[in-house]
Amino acid sequence: MNPYLPITPEEREQMLKKIGVDSIEDLFCDVPEHIKLKEELKINDPLSEMEIRRRFSELGKKNKNIDDYTCYLGGGAYDHYIPSTVGHIAGRSEFYSSYTPYQPEVSQGTLQYIFEYQSMLAELTGMDVMNASMYDGATATAEAALMALRIKKKRNKIIVSKTVNPDTIDVLETYCHFRDIELEYLEEKDGETDPASLEKIDKETAGVIIQNPNFYGIIEDVVHISEAVQESKSLLIMNVDPSTLGVLEAPGKLGADIVVGEGQSLGIPLSYGGPYVGFMGTTTKNMRKLPGRICGETVDEDGKRGFVLTLQAREQHIRREKANSNICSNQSLYALMNTVYLSTMGLAGMKEVGNQCVSKASYAYKKLLETDKFEKAFDKPFFKEFVVKSKVDAEKINEVLFENGIIGPLDLGKINEDMKNHLMFSITEKRTKDEIDKLVEILKGVE
Amino acid sequence: MRDYNKLIIELSKEGRKAYSIPKNDVETVDPEKYIPKNVLRKEDPKLPEVYEVDVMRHYTNLSNKNYGVDTGFYPLGSCTMKYNPKINEDMAKLPNFANIHPRQGEDTVQGSLELMYELQEKLCEITGTDGFTLQPAAGAHGELTGLMIIKKYHEERNDTKRTKIIVPDSAHGTNPASATAVGYDIIEIKSRKDGSIDLDELKEALTDEVAGLMLTNPSTLGLFERNICEISKLVHEAGGLVYYDGANLNAIMGKSRPGDMGFDIVHLNLHKTFSTPHGGGGPGAGPVGVRHDLIKYLPVPVVAKKDDKYYLDYDKPSSIGRLMGFYGNFGVLLKAYTYILKMGASGLREASEAAVLNANYLQSQLKKEYKLPIEQVCKHEFVLSGMKDSDVHTLDIAKRMLDYGVHPPTVYFPLIIDEALMVEPTDTETLETLDNFIEIMNKIKKEAIENPKILEEAPITTPVRRLDEVQAARKPKVKWD
Repeated sequence: MNPYLPITPEEREQMLKKIGVDSIEDLFCDVPEHIKLKEELKINDPLSEMEIRRRFSELGKKNKNIDDYTCYLGGGAYDHYIPSTVGHIAGRSEFYSSYTPYQPEVSQGTLQYIFEYQSMLAELTGMDVMNASMYDGATATAEAALMALRIKKKRNKIIVSKTVNPDTIDVLETYCHFRDIELEYLEEKDGETDPASLEKIDKETAGVIIQNPNFYGIIEDVVHISEAVQESKSLLIMNVDPSTLGVLEAPGKLGADIVVGEGQSLGIPLSYGGPYVGFMGTTTKNMRKLPGRICGETVDEDGKRGFVLTLQAREQHIRREKANSNICSNQSLYALMNTVYLSTMGLAGMKEVGNQCVSKASYAYKKLLETDKFEKAFDKPFFKEFVVKSKVDAEKINEVLFENGIIGPLDLGKINEDMKNHLMFSITEKRTKDEIDKLVEILKGVE
Repeated sequence: MRDYNKLIIELSKEGRKAYSIPKNDVETVDPEKYIPKNVLRKEDPKLPEVYEVDVMRHYTNLSNKNYGVDTGFYPLGSCTMKYNPKINEDMAKLPNFANIHPRQGEDTVQGSLELMYELQEKLCEITGTDGFTLQPAAGAHGELTGLMIIKKYHEERNDTKRTKIIVPDSAHGTNPASATAVGYDIIEIKSRKDGSIDLDELKEALTDEVAGLMLTNPSTLGLFERNICEISKLVHEAGGLVYYDGANLNAIMGKSRPGDMGFDIVHLNLHKTFSTPHGGGGPGAGPVGVRHDLIKYLPVPVVAKKDDKYYLDYDKPSSIGRLMGFYGNFGVLLKAYTYILKMGASGLREASEAAVLNANYLQSQLKKEYKLPIEQVCKHEFVLSGMKDSDVHTLDIAKRMLDYGVHPPTVYFPLIIDEALMVEPTDTETLETLDNFIEIMNKIKKEAIENPKILEEAPITTPVRRLDEVQAARKPKVKWD
């Protein structure tokens, strides 16, 4: 018998009798005969747990993981250390097997961690209000564009810098296309947003999207961009990496009106691209234009502190076609992982991670340039990722590295034809001096 | 323990640490000297400074204030709160799946791609469709994807006057919201008394401005739409496409397929029907299946296979584009794949049969004391309309259930039923659990007649009692000070 289907044949008969029918088939009498399946689906037969484990073992052997290989890939997903606390708390089924907290009296666990998540992300980003999460950083960015248009009702243009992650831009283009939103681009120059193209920001522009550090790892001249955005009374949308915010200025202090980003770097396994978690926040002034769920503090009938979903008049289950967004399920459990990560790392840990990223990335950059295989691609301050131009064929480099147990840098030539043989290295606090020295040593020998 | 009422920040004490990472072993670069001053942080964020024990106790205490499927019965209508098999969770944690970077070369992720490819194939067979994308992150994201496909389909045919989507008044709120999100106007059509689509009203609404119809079958009333083939035929004849909201697929797996009913586009909620947990509101996954001539519109990349090698196919000029940063909620897809392996064809069919049996059993017993507005065989769920012989509100009934240790059904939805209580027992419950629920419902009925105040004051045994939502909305406090 299937361990998840506990009704016995005898019980089934008993139940059918009480219902007043003869067979299970009688319960499907409303399905027209010609669309009823006459035979079983053509998929697998039931497997036992042991057989499933065997299947996963077979499949797993066809993957190479970043425990066995040293990983230098980034570009939106990063190999940061995940403290043990995160998995243990997120693995509690009181959290993971619950639904959206529609009955707050028995969902205070979920609601309070959402409140703490909102608080910590608000502290990091310098915003007044965060929502309870979005699907990922890319969709959060697209939703931010839609939000800007809700705020600036008379405008229909979004401008995005070409230094934003190209996959994020792709998602943004998809969302904008189907809403007939005009999308323009700020050019890239020397690896950062070209200051000359800031003049494109005009009175038709609802929002301007930049990423910091940008896709190439470079820290943008946010202050300058922010001034240009404010001048045209557009909204500044900043996509940021929260792991940098122990060191870098809070976007809220730099004039951001909407902050979004990918929360993967805060305690979430790489898991081949998902689930991750997007975050999104804004100022008090624009709070009611936010999409998604928001948790608020209140009191119960006895005056005891408690938490509820609030400002629900923005949402689809109340407002239907007039809602701010169609989002319903978000990535709640992964917001919990962010929360436990931030609680574990605390203020000191967030600074330490940021500082180590900067130091180790700078070290690797210096060492790579000291070999005669690479030259500078850009000459700008970066955080945990940097680009170098290789004199050796990029594919060859990654082949050799892989043979030596290393998952090498991102080959930007595969994303952008103009960037042939440009390699982007991501260096987190997890990389050691020995690993970096080994990387450099191998690359010295590549011809 | 249940009285625990601290925020993590209230445990904070300067100098405490819960983390340990190795000392920096390279030359320290001082960010102050390297990064321009105007983008350097000046004020510390207020983050907790606590010990690891504090972290564990705090969040364990919070978890004790939560109710999950592992705690008890969760008959939340339209949400399919079935048991989440533990093997699913174990498989998702295997390093060869959890610790894979999404930008790794295809040669190093053949196992993950094979899993995704196989899942696509299985979902095609289960739904009677021809191609699948696994990218959408949730049901509503699947709807968005499906509607973009509808729009692109008409766009490519230069059929630009189709600006409207038909949605029945019993639909989930996400349906009209998703249609708006891709720029469509909504035509809402009224359901008939028995919850089915009014064919005359549908015919009237079907003009050459209609891009498509969104429908869930069984409907949110838990009733199978008997005229479904006629409905899809009418929409097709009018030049529109028919979209299947898969929230209620748990009623019909292995019994009937949306593709065979005439649906062109189908989204599934893997976190409902396919047992991946709901996670307190996500992550889910909302894969979308389509009929053969719509495959070209699926979002890039699609997982494809050539000569025994799996790859991510970006070469799709008619694609609607990309919808996620990477390839979807892979960890969720993996859990659904595990579930399908475990259940097999017969198991999925038996799950739907059990879901329908359990719902009809509860319906047959609960209708004695509660109003059942539509008297007929239901599918995986049914909707009651308050209590017989009493005008107590559904909300009070629901709150009293909390005192008896079960999670209430969905309340006040669908909107077309007065004082709605939408009950979905799912397939994974024992007869004892169902009987216990009936007993509780009958007890509450008795209380409502004898002393309705008990209901109005409920709950009294939960970690907090009824919360002041008005205050929360009027003076929003959405972060700590």
